[in-house]
Amino acid sequence: MGAAAMAILQVQDLTLRFGGLEVIDRLSFDVQEGAIVSLIGPNGAGKTSVFNCLTGFYRANAGDIRFQGQSIMRLKPHRITKKGMARTFQNLRLFKNMSVLENVMSGMHCRTRTGAVGAIIHTPAQRREEAEIRRTAEECLDFVGILGHRDRLAKNLPYGDQRRVEWARALATRPKLLLLDEPAAGLNYDEKERLMGLIGRIRADLKITIFLIEHDMGLVMRISEKIVVIDYGKKIAEGGCDDVQCDPKVIEAYLGREDEEGD
Amino acid sequence: MADNTSSTVAAAKKTGLEERLMSLLDDRRRRYPVYAVLILGTLLVPLISDNYVLEILANSFFYIVLCLGLNIVVGYAGLLDLGYAAFFAVGAYTTGILTSHYGWNFWLTIPAALVFAVIAGVIIGGPTLRLRSDYLAIVTLGFGEITRIVARNLKDVTGGPSGLIGISRPHFFGLELNQIQHYYYAFFVLVLLAVFVSYRLQHSRLGRAWQYVREDEDAAEAMGIDRVAIKLYAYVIGAVFAGVAGCFFAAKMTAISPDSFQFMQSATILMAVVLGGMGKIPGMVVGALALVLFPEVFREIGSMRMLVFGVMLITMMIFRPQGIWPERRN
Repeated sequence: MGAAAMAILQVQDLTLRFGGLEVIDRLSFDVQEGAIVSLIGPNGAGKTSVFNCLTGFYRANAGDIRFQGQSIMRLKPHRITKKGMARTFQNLRLFKNMSVLENVMSGMHCRTRTGAVGAIIHTPAQRREEAEIRRTAEECLDFVGILGHRDRLAKNLPYGDQRRVEWARALATRPKLLLLDEPAAGLNYDEKERLMGLIGRIRADLKITIFLIEHDMGLVMRISEKIVVIDYGKKIAEGGCDDVQCDPKVIEAYLGREDEEGD
Repeated sequence: MADNTSSTVAAAKKTGLEERLMSLLDDRRRRYPVYAVLILGTLLVPLISDNYVLEILANSFFYIVLCLGLNIVVGYAGLLDLGYAAFFAVGAYTTGILTSHYGWNFWLTIPAALVFAVIAGVIIGGPTLRLRSDYLAIVTLGFGEITRIVARNLKDVTGGPSGLIGISRPHFFGLELNQIQHYYYAFFVLVLLAVFVSYRLQHSRLGRAWQYVREDEDAAEAMGIDRVAIKLYAYVIGAVFAGVAGCFFAAKMTAISPDSFQFMQSATILMAVVLGGMGKIPGMVVGALALVLFPEVFREIGSMRMLVFGVMLITMMIFRPQGIWPERRN
């Protein structure tokens, strides 16, 4: 297949230590361009730490992360976003006291350039750029279906809609790869159904690759083409849904444990 | 139109007097006439007032400009800066040194002060803006004092502790600016300029970026905003406001010394910003006016007035921590 050539994201021997604790231990996996890939694992397995390394919030101790063929190991978060990798947060991180539209406009910051002089004298280029920022933000809001809430304060929206503001905001950075940290957390059944539809549309209509962390196994099994399973920072399985579901290591580390808790 | 007005009145009745006043000014259509009357009134004041009143008002205008500048740093970008007087010193000394040592024309010292303010902003801001708030406050405090101490000790250039005296008066189309009326108008023009620039910046890509960083640094960074660069931008623009105000300060006083730029000066400006309501342009005007006018109005009670002022400030911070005219969003 030449899978390596088509990988948009390649993680090789990624290692992250907090003091003596190995949070991520020589983790390697690829995310193919145009795929929907999930990262799963028990609580505390290091999933969000992987995301934080990928997006530059944590600096990994060893290994390499290549995005579109280039190493992004030493880049700051804003540089990585500019390269085309956007993320959402596990706990909502909206700009609470700003309007929904302003929140989404933040995504366009790295795609525009007007500085102080342009802002003060309103150059034609500045006006064009402002119009473009606004248009893109409105398109993104429309895409996730909350354009009607445009002028409300972000903090006054119901939880499900706040999540959608986060997605719209991430989409406004015009990413090639979208990292979703537990996108279904706190959503009800209907909202989860709509989320799955949305994730499908993001890939199909916007040609964006999706890499997500999720606890809802039903959702993960239904939408992902590949699943990477980690436990204690180590990869214990990788593959299609069926392979992973049957893997005895996964059952032991994850599904088995969930059964005990469930019963 | 009539319907609209009556509903506004109905809404206003429910809220307090203060809310009513604010909504009156927040409504665009009414705001412009109010501002026009204010500006016109301010322009006419010198015709009916004595020099004492003009001196006080010119002084308040000067503080309005400084407050608007510090507001960009503290109000918009959310950086606690305790050394703002350093930039005001840079402007004042640039004008003082260039006019008295090198015989420069006053107006040419303004672009020079602008350049030096930018350089000073980058030198101080570059390394410090990586720090988070509390540390930043301490470091800016240190830099503010360093600037003053350098001015005290660089005798040959700055005149040492006694400062520079006899700074020549600027000329404006042949007219020597030596009357308080001249400076009243000069500082008023600066105020209008500062308000305009602040307003435009606040409602721009840059202004939004400051607010993103203020609201949530990590989320802003994840959205592709370089948080250090964007803070440095605010810091440098704030420095430019103070630098230009400093030029006119030097011209008006004709004498400057390091004592004009003590820590208390930075603290006072910051106090006016907080008192007025961070992030809001009318708040800066109100804050600066309150700061300058209060000690003058209560001159009779002598040394007690600062005590009263202090008590008032504390009361204010307890009951209205958002300032007299805070940013309002709904």
